[in-house]
Amino acid sequence: MIAYYMCFGLFLVGLYGVITRRNLVKIAVSLSIMEISTFLFFALVGYIDKGVAPIVNPADPDKIYVDPLPQALVLTAIVIGLATTSLLMAVIIRLYRKYKTFDIREIKELRG
Amino acid sequence: MNQLLPLFVVIPLSATFLIMIFGRFFRDFNKYFASCVLLFLVVLSFYSLINLNGGLSLYKVGGWQPVNKIPIGIYMMMDGFNSLIVCIINLVGFLAVFYSISYIKRYTAENYFYALFCLLIGGMNGVVLSGDLFNIFVFLEISVISSYALVAFGVEKNELEASFKYQVLGGLASFLILFGIGFIYWKTKTLNIADIRAAFSNGYDKKYYLFVQLLILSGFGLKAAIIPFHAWLPDAHSSAPSPISAMLSGVFIKAVGIYVIIRLFFNMFVISEEMAILITTLGTLSMVIGVFLAIGQWDIKRLLAYHSISQMGYVVMSVGIGMILVSRGLKPEVASLAITGGIYHLINHAAFKGLLFLNAGAIEYTLGTRNLKEMGGLAKVMPVTSATSFIASMSISGIPPFNGFFSKLIIIIAAVMARFYLLAALAVIVSIITLASFLKFQRYAFYNKPANPERPEVKEVPFPMVFSMIVLSILCLLLSLLVIPSVREAVLAPAVDILTDPLKYSTFILGQ
Repeated sequence: MIAYYMCFGLFLVGLYGVITRRNLVKIAVSLSIMEISTFLFFALVGYIDKGVAPIVNPADPDKIYVDPLPQALVLTAIVIGLATTSLLMAVIIRLYRKYKTFDIREIKELRG
Repeated sequence: MNQLLPLFVVIPLSATFLIMIFGRFFRDFNKYFASCVLLFLVVLSFYSLINLNGGLSLYKVGGWQPVNKIPIGIYMMMDGFNSLIVCIINLVGFLAVFYSISYIKRYTAENYFYALFCLLIGGMNGVVLSGDLFNIFVFLEISVISSYALVAFGVEKNELEASFKYQVLGGLASFLILFGIGFIYWKTKTLNIADIRAAFSNGYDKKYYLFVQLLILSGFGLKAAIIPFHAWLPDAHSSAPSPISAMLSGVFIKAVGIYVIIRLFFNMFVISEEMAILITTLGTLSMVIGVFLAIGQWDIKRLLAYHSISQMGYVVMSVGIGMILVSRGLKPEVASLAITGGIYHLINHAAFKGLLFLNAGAIEYTLGTRNLKEMGGLAKVMPVTSATSFIASMSISGIPPFNGFFSKLIIIIAAVMARFYLLAALAVIVSIITLASFLKFQRYAFYNKPANPERPEVKEVPFPMVFSMIVLSILCLLLSLLVIPSVREAVLAPAVDILTDPLKYSTFILGQ
């Protein structure tokens, strides 16, 4: 059970980073931490005590297998996460070229 | 098995790749090909709406049949509710892409624009048609990533800042949704919406259930920009190119936000009274605060974006009233009237808000400014833009005989019949403030004397832009026909049935 709490703690660490950091790249890193905590959570959901990798062996019907579906979901989610993170970094690079700074306090054209 | 359903996703996705490949070699291939694809999708969506005739249809991807009545494949399904949403996605999408033929010449990299546009449409169609929780997430991410890129399409200071803000909040929303999906899978061991409903009806832990509902509501609420989560919307919607603003405001927040909330809370969760009251409160707050934020705006697109928040508040409030009545088990006919009003306003909002953003784009195209104080006197030189924006403004403020009047009327009547007198009064007041705000827009943009007397000669925008605006304004008038009882029975009643009678949905899908 402690693993689940730690996973949720990691999510909160990421959330804290997104809220308090002022550097654009650090915000992106904090988002990645949150993302990874959700992936860990999915991997934990699929885990069964003493389970083995789900390659079914007909000779041994009593074997316990872990749930393979969350692993498939995590693979999909990792690919999506890669796309969002790289797009975010691309936007950060363009922002740096326009403003010459990573500080979010300097970037405030849009108000109200 | 309905073989047409996967086409709604496959066609735009393959169009994306074809545009990227062939657009490099043939000039003008991208715009005409994208328009043809969208036109075909419009025909297909209306054909399936008529063919569906109020029933349900299902497609199992890969032909995976259920084992022991437990669905194991990916399901795509279409019913009375999402067929309407698919129709408005593709119709507004077609008009926006046709409008872009002349509008997007201002930007470089047209190929990327049309490719991302098709990707956006494919993602939204996927979200709406999917009958499976994880696929909703995957398609949501497809459409959301393309919308991030499209918001930043101008790559100037404002666009990049808006896109960054949107990406951070959108990413947060995605993780909340993913966490919610993980929690649901943990307990139910299934991802199919109908099957989750069946698993929940066997009993559940109350605290866990509330936690999951809050995660899902805040995730999709962020995507739908309901009021505590609205910070990104005015920036993102006002910075995007105008056809994209029309898509984002007119369709996107509904398809990936409001639609999913309504679908999941009616058809997947068993509605509890606390959640219904929470949703109604959030809707009312959006409706009131959104319109007050809109009053002081002088940038046309920001003004329209804040009004989007307010109008979505109407939809959420009205559906929430329906939820409260359904959860209490009282007055089923009033509950279905409230939900009818919500869905009707959802459809109407796509027509008039899409039109208003296209008008804003036309003004920006000719004058090069979005500030209301620098306009004026456009009524004589741009007659079509002026007339269509007048229709849209009257429509959004609820003046008969335009469509906005009838849907607001249904919402207010339903609120009174359900004895939520305060909400009914607030709906009327917000409607009056909306009217004031749009009279300001009309006066400063079209009727005042020109702010700058020596401005160069302006003339009406080119044909593709005029065509899209005229079609949408005709739609604003035609949609008021939906209030006639026989038409309403045929079009809106199946959508309400599927929501108020959740067993119909799950028994159909599990019975296949």
